[in-house]
Amino acid sequence: MADTKERKLPAPSISAETQAYWDAAAKGKLLVRKCTSCGEAHHYPRTICPFCFSDKTEWIEASGKGTIYSYSVMRRAPVPYAMAYVTLAEGPRMVTNIVDCDFDKLRCELPVRLVFRPTDGGPPLPMFTPA
Amino acid sequence: MSIKGKAYIAGIYEHPTRLAKDLSLAQIHAEVAKEALEDAGLTKDDVDGYFCAGDAPGLGPMSMVEYMGLRPRHVDSTDTGGSSYVLHVGHAAEAIAAGKCKVALITLAGRPRAEGMATGTVPRSRGGTPTPDEPFEFPYGPTVVNMYAMCAMRHMYEFGTTAEQLAWIKVAASHHAQHNPHALLREVVTVEDVVNSPMISDPLRRLDCCVITDGGGAIVVVAPEIARSLKRPKVKLLGASEFIKTQMGGKVDLTYSGARFTGQAAFAEAGVKPSDMKYVSIYDSFTITVLMQLEDLGFAEKGKGGRLVADGNLISGVGKLPFNTDGGGLCSNHPGNRGGLTKVLEAVRQLRGEAHPAVQVKNCDFALAHGTGGSLGLRHGSATVILGRE
Repeated sequence: MADTKERKLPAPSISAETQAYWDAAAKGKLLVRKCTSCGEAHHYPRTICPFCFSDKTEWIEASGKGTIYSYSVMRRAPVPYAMAYVTLAEGPRMVTNIVDCDFDKLRCELPVRLVFRPTDGGPPLPMFTPA
Repeated sequence: MSIKGKAYIAGIYEHPTRLAKDLSLAQIHAEVAKEALEDAGLTKDDVDGYFCAGDAPGLGPMSMVEYMGLRPRHVDSTDTGGSSYVLHVGHAAEAIAAGKCKVALITLAGRPRAEGMATGTVPRSRGGTPTPDEPFEFPYGPTVVNMYAMCAMRHMYEFGTTAEQLAWIKVAASHHAQHNPHALLREVVTVEDVVNSPMISDPLRRLDCCVITDGGGAIVVVAPEIARSLKRPKVKLLGASEFIKTQMGGKVDLTYSGARFTGQAAFAEAGVKPSDMKYVSIYDSFTITVLMQLEDLGFAEKGKGGRLVADGNLISGVGKLPFNTDGGGLCSNHPGNRGGLTKVLEAVRQLRGEAHPAVQVKNCDFALAHGTGGSLGLRHGSATVILGRE
């Protein structure tokens, strides 16, 4: 079963803290927040590092490569969709969807690459598809 | 300071309703409070501590304190979802040990069925000011069921856990529920029934999910001198612990729950170990929830929970680890989508020897109740209490 029908995606609510993330998404880029103090990248992005509590954090552009950590196909939705955690090449795992795929061929650790999907009146959402 | 031996559970009550169209939310809170106090042999005017969570109407404890005409000198409305009431038992014991109250009342009520709430399969925004996580999760469609399903998927991938092993958890719950006249689902099911039920969100099928019910319950926790003055069997608090497990900044690990920490701490405080437990109440929003918590609490090595729960090992009188002998959330009751309080209730019934005779565990001297609230796959609050018969 493939996701041929279109889901309507709600727009994310944007705060000043995460404006840059969504501005980048509108340009087809995925940003990750990285701490220059401890060197760890994290997700979702915060100004204060959740690992060492330093305020020395900055945006880096993700490569767009990753692997599926886990997933589940929501069969009981009007348009079934694949919920997932993807482990980014940069380290953090993010909540996302896997799109443009055969749901029955998904598996944990499958390599995926970044794509974007439009939302209803907001910036596009970073999602992933089998690489 | 430890809470060990500093507080007792003296009164309990579970509302028999599973569909509360003709009851108001506040009314259910008050009805369960009244019955739990009567069970203890206490009155409303004895209550000097009140505990509730987000299911109570109004701001924190205030509306319900007014509605019930309470005069508490200690209140706590900590909300960790369905585990709140297990956590409240621990907090009540702390407050009693610190001399802040002597008779603590904990109430829960909910009407998701009467209100026609889409509980498990529709993504929900909390509304108001978005939580910091919301923009990075809600638009993708996280629901209750698909986030727990992702835990099951990863557990299967890493440890080879099977759908049949998960199914045994529902089978055991259904064996218990047949004896509970108030249970929503009283039919005994088989492994085949579970693995052939409709897929909801891979790999969880309909019978891997808990019931959706209205109802409520209440617990009365009292100081030792109060417990000694009452006629009911004495159920003593021996250990309690709580933990919030998160995505850890992107280092999320779906294969374990906060029970890893709460179990260890609660057992240490109580001075007992998992093998001492004659009965366990384990939060059962889904079959996978039970399996992961049993591993994390120390009843099986991580990854080997599937073998622990298979072949009827959780069925009272059949297996070695009787669990949720009221039928649990999987078959009996999950009032207000919050199953922690009923976990404590069945543990108390077992310790009192007041469980249904068909499921009563012999010589039940130690029991554990554990809750997981929020979402196992996003962020959740874990709470464990260890109880002993005196």
